[in-house]
Amino acid sequence: MKISPQWVREFVELAVDDRRLAEDLTGVGIAVEGSSGSGADTVFEMEIGTNRPDAMNHYGVAREAAAIYDLPLKQLSGLGDSGAKAQSNFREPNAALKRRSSTVHDAAGTKTSAAKAASSTASDGTTEVVPFPSVSSSAVSSHDASFPIAVEEPQLCPRFTARVIRGTMIKPSPEKIARRLRLLEQRPISNAVDATNYVLWEMGKPTHVFDMDLLEGGRLIIRRARNGEKLKTLDGVERSLISEDLVVADAKKAVGLAGVMGGYDTMITDKTRNILIESAWWDPLTVRKMSRRHGLHTDASHRFERGADFESTILSCDLVAALILESGGGELVGDAIDVVSRKMDQAPVVLRLAEVQRILGGNLSTREILRILKKLGFTAIPEGQADMQFYVTAPSWRLDVEREIDVIEEIARLHGYDKFENTLPAYSGAVVELPHAAMDATLRERALALGYNEAVSLTFISHADAEMFSSAKVLELENPLSEEASVMRTSMGPGMLDMLAWNLNRDSENVRLFEMGRVYEMAGGERVEPTRACLGATLAAVKGSLLAGGALDVSTGKHAVVAEAFRSFKGDVENLLAPFAYVELTFDRETSEYFHSGRSARALMDGAVVAQFGQIAEDVKSQRKLRQDVFLAEIDLERLHTRGLRTVRFKAPGKYPAVERDFSFVFADVVEFEAMRRAVTGLGMGALRSFTPVEIFRGGSIGAGKYSILLRARLQSDEGTLRDEQIAVWSGELVRALQGLGGVQRA
Amino acid sequence: MAYTVSKLTDYSSNALLKAFGEAKLAFREELRGASSPAGWKAVRDRWMARKNGILTQINDRLMAAPKEAKREIGQYLNDLKQFVEKEIETWQEHEEGSVGKLAPLFQSVDITLPGIRRPIGAEHPVIKTTNEMVRVFQKLGYSVADGPVVETDYYNFEALNFPPNHPARDTQDTLFIAGQQGKAQRERLLLRTHTSPVQIRTMETMRPPIRILIPGTVHRNDPPDASHSPMFHQIEGLAVDTNITFGDLKGTLDHAMKEFFGSSVKTSFRPSFFPFTEPSAEMFVSCFICGGSGRRGAEPCRPCKQTGWIEILGCGMVDPNVFQFVKDNGYDPKKVSGFAFGMGADRIALLKYGVDDLQLFFQGDVRFLGQWA
Repeated sequence: MKISPQWVREFVELAVDDRRLAEDLTGVGIAVEGSSGSGADTVFEMEIGTNRPDAMNHYGVAREAAAIYDLPLKQLSGLGDSGAKAQSNFREPNAALKRRSSTVHDAAGTKTSAAKAASSTASDGTTEVVPFPSVSSSAVSSHDASFPIAVEEPQLCPRFTARVIRGTMIKPSPEKIARRLRLLEQRPISNAVDATNYVLWEMGKPTHVFDMDLLEGGRLIIRRARNGEKLKTLDGVERSLISEDLVVADAKKAVGLAGVMGGYDTMITDKTRNILIESAWWDPLTVRKMSRRHGLHTDASHRFERGADFESTILSCDLVAALILESGGGELVGDAIDVVSRKMDQAPVVLRLAEVQRILGGNLSTREILRILKKLGFTAIPEGQADMQFYVTAPSWRLDVEREIDVIEEIARLHGYDKFENTLPAYSGAVVELPHAAMDATLRERALALGYNEAVSLTFISHADAEMFSSAKVLELENPLSEEASVMRTSMGPGMLDMLAWNLNRDSENVRLFEMGRVYEMAGGERVEPTRACLGATLAAVKGSLLAGGALDVSTGKHAVVAEAFRSFKGDVENLLAPFAYVELTFDRETSEYFHSGRSARALMDGAVVAQFGQIAEDVKSQRKLRQDVFLAEIDLERLHTRGLRTVRFKAPGKYPAVERDFSFVFADVVEFEAMRRAVTGLGMGALRSFTPVEIFRGGSIGAGKYSILLRARLQSDEGTLRDEQIAVWSGELVRALQGLGGVQRA
Repeated sequence: MAYTVSKLTDYSSNALLKAFGEAKLAFREELRGASSPAGWKAVRDRWMARKNGILTQINDRLMAAPKEAKREIGQYLNDLKQFVEKEIETWQEHEEGSVGKLAPLFQSVDITLPGIRRPIGAEHPVIKTTNEMVRVFQKLGYSVADGPVVETDYYNFEALNFPPNHPARDTQDTLFIAGQQGKAQRERLLLRTHTSPVQIRTMETMRPPIRILIPGTVHRNDPPDASHSPMFHQIEGLAVDTNITFGDLKGTLDHAMKEFFGSSVKTSFRPSFFPFTEPSAEMFVSCFICGGSGRRGAEPCRPCKQTGWIEILGCGMVDPNVFQFVKDNGYDPKKVSGFAFGMGADRIALLKYGVDDLQLFFQGDVRFLGQWA
C-alpha cells in the first residue's frame, strides 16, 4: 500500500522530515518498507497488518503520527477541500454544502463518548485525537429521504448511507486530485469515480457512485442475490450469483456486489447527470466470502473484510459529494439518507494495571498508560477508587480492539518496544532430547564422514514417481504448484535421482549426496510421516572411493568393475548401519523394481528389512536421462530407531598368536560367498576368528560359469599357541565344508 | 660469497642473536652450494678446522666481549657448533647412502602441492544453521519438540487463533490436501504453513512450565524464485510459565542473537501482527554484515537495504485465546503467560553465508554444497 507523506502532512503539522517520519511510524508498527520519489512526490511503501484497516489510508497514518509526536490532528470536514477556517484549520465549506454539513455536525455533537472527545477538540484545540463526526440511529431519515432504501438483511448491512447529487457534469478530475491518485499508482477515470477513490485513500472508507437515472424503480434494496442471478461488475465480467451473495439492487436488478464491486450497467458515464453516493458498513465475513467466491479482491473488499469505521459513513458520503460538486457542479438533494439497522457494539473492556505489569513487565506508570490511551482516541474511566483498573472504550475505527490484551498491546506499541528492559526468566525445567536424536545424529555424522554431502530436496513428487517408487497410498495436493509436484513424496528416491541428474547435467561427475527426512503416506485411513535416510552416488564417485590395492575381484572386464563398485557402495551402507544394535546383518535380493535386479540388495537386521540399495535399473536410468550409472540407498530410520545404538562390549585381543590359512577354490557362479560363510561358520569352530574372501578371478583357465576364489581363515585360541596338527585338522574340515558346496580346491 | 667473521661491537642479546643467526644461514648456504664431495669437505674444513676455522675465529673474536655477556655468548657458540656438526653429519650420511649421486641437502618435498583430501561430506547450510540455533536455545533450557508436517486445520489455524474465514489466513498461502471436503473444517488436512502447530500439540501433552524449540519443514503455495520456495524451514520457540513477561521475551531473544551472531549485535523490536501472539513484534538485529552502518566501504550494504537492520524473526506474547485451547492442561491464561517466536532457518542461512538464491538450497548441487565441507 502506498502513502504520500505530503498528503499526511495536511492533517498534522509535522516537524520531522520524511525519513524520520518513516522510522517513527515503523517503530509503532505502521511499517514503512520503502520510499521512492522525492519532495512532494515522495511515496512510502507501507506494510500494514491485517488487524489495522484504520491505518490503511492517509488520515489513519496521520492519526498515528499525531499520537507519536503528541500533535493535534486536524479534523476531516465533510465539506471538502475548499479553503481553511482560520480558527480550527478546517476548510471553508463549499457553499452548496454548508447547510448539510451543519446538520451532520449537530447530530454528531451529542453522540458517543468518542464524539465528545471530538467536540472538545474543536473548542480548545488541545486534545490529541479527533474522531470522525458520528451519527446515531436517530439520524435515520428514510421517511423523508429523496431515495427510498430498504435493507432486507440488517445483520449483513447494519448501516447504509447515501447522498444524492443532481445536475452535475462528468469530466476529468482537477489536476490536484488526479495527480495524487497517480502518485499512488491509481488511474484517474472521471471526477465522480475519482472522488470515491480519493476518499478511500484519504480516510479509508470505501464508497460507490451510481448513475441514479439508471437505477430502475427509484429505490435501492439490500438483499440476498437469487441463485443464478446475473450481475456484470465494473470490470466488465458478467458474474453468476448465488443466494449467499449479498447485493445492492434496484427494483429490477442487482446493481452492485456488496462491499466488493459496483455494477457495470449503472456506472458513471459521460452522460451521467444525477448521482447517488453509497457508503455502507458491510458484514466482514460476508464480504470476504463473496470476494473469494468471485475471485475479486478489491481495495473496498480488503477494507470491509477487515472492518471499516462504522461511524464514518456520513462523513465519507460528504467528502465524495464535496469533491464532485467542486469539480462538476450540481446540487445536493435532501439530507444524508442514513439507514442504521443495528449499532456497532463496542463494549468497554476492563484494563487492570496489574495485568499490564504481568504481561509487559517493567514499570509503566499509570500516567503514561493513560496518556497513551488518550492519544490513540481511547477513553479510560477509572473503576473503583484505587485507580487500579479502568473501563476502556476503543474508538469506532478500532474494531480490532476488543479485549484487555488488545489494549495492553496498544500501550506497549506506543510506549515503544525497545524501551522495555531486557530480562532473562528463571527456569527450573530440564532439557530433554527427542528419543531418536542421538541415533539420527550418529547416522548423519557417519554419512558426512563417508564423503556424502548433505542435501535437502523438495517434498513433492509426481504421481508417476509415487507409483513407481512406493506402494503406499499417497497424499495428493488440492492446489499443487505443478503436475510434477502434485503429491507428497512417498519415497526419497525420486528427489535423490533428480539431484544426481542435476549434477550430471552440469558436468559434476563425482557426486555423493545424502538426505534425511520424512515421507508421507496414508496408512489405515491415517496420515503417517515415517522418517527415512537416502544415499545417492554416481558410478564415478563410487569407483573413486575404492581403496588402492583393495580390489577383491581382479578379473579383467566389465563384470569386475561393476562388482567392485557395488561392493564399494555396500560398504557405505554397512558403515551407516554398523552403530545400531543387532546380532546379524544379512542381505537378500528382494529389492524394488527401480533397482537393477542383479546389482541391488536389501539389508536385514535380524531378519527385519532396514534398507535397500544398489544400482538403479537401466530403464529408470534412461527415463530420467541419467548420464551415468547411479547408486541409491533407502534406509528405514523408523526401523533403526526401534533398535537403538549398539553399546560396545569389550573383547580382549588374543594373547596367543593368530594363524592365517588361505584356501583356493573354484565354484560355479551360482554359489555365493554367503553360502561359503554359512557353511564354514556352521562348523562351530571356536578358534575361527574370521573368514574372508581375498581374491576373486574369472576367465583365463577358469571355465565359463565358474570363478576362482581365494578364502582366508584366521584362527586363534585363547588357551594357547595353536599346534600345526590342530590347524591341519581344522583346515581339513573347512575344505570338506566348501567341497560340500560343490567347490573344487585348487592346488 | 664466503662468510667472514665480522667484528662485533654490540654485545646485547639482540645483536648476538642476529650475528649467530647470520652465521647459521651462511653456513647452510655454503653447504647447499657445494656440488661435489670435495666441495662439502672443503666447507666442513673451512668452518670446523681447529686452527683458524670459522668457529674458532668467532670464538677468538668474542674473547673481547664484556664479562657479563660471556655466559650468553657461550650458549650461542655452543649452539652454533652443534648445528654445524649436525648439518655436516646429515650431509655425510646422505652422501654415503646415495652412491655418490648428488641430491639436495635435505630430502625435501614440495610442501605447496595440494594435499590429497579424502572426501568429507558437507553439512547442508540450512541444517547447520538450524543445529547451531538449537544449541543456542538448548543452553537456555529449551528442549526440541516436533510434530507432523501434514496438519489439520485445527492445529495450523483454529487453535492458533485464526478463526475460519479470517483474513489473516490469506497471508499463509496454504497448500491443501485433496479430498477433504467431506470432513469438518477443523479436521481437514493441509501442509502446515508454520511450525506453530507444534506449540499446541506440545501444550496438550506437557503441563507448564515449558520451554521448547521446534525446528521443522513448512510449506506455502509460493512458486520458487530467488527468495521463495514452496518448502522451507522454520525454527519456532515457546516458553510458558508463571510471570513470563514481554521483557523476558526481549531479553531471551537478545541473548540468543548475541550468542548466534556474535556479542556485538544489537536487537530492536517493532510492533507487528500475528493472530496467535499479542503484543506481537518483529525482531531486527543490527546488520552483522556492515556492522549497522548500512554501507560496506563505498558500496551500499544490500542485505540490510542500507538500513543497518535485518529482520530476523516474528515473536510475541502468547495470545490468551491460544491458551484457551489448552486450558485444561494447566494453561489458564490468568495464571500463566508465555512468549513464542519463529524464524526462517533458510533466510538466516542466506544472510549468514551471503547466498543470493534460495533455490540453491534445494538443488543438491555439489558445487554449492561442497563449499561447506
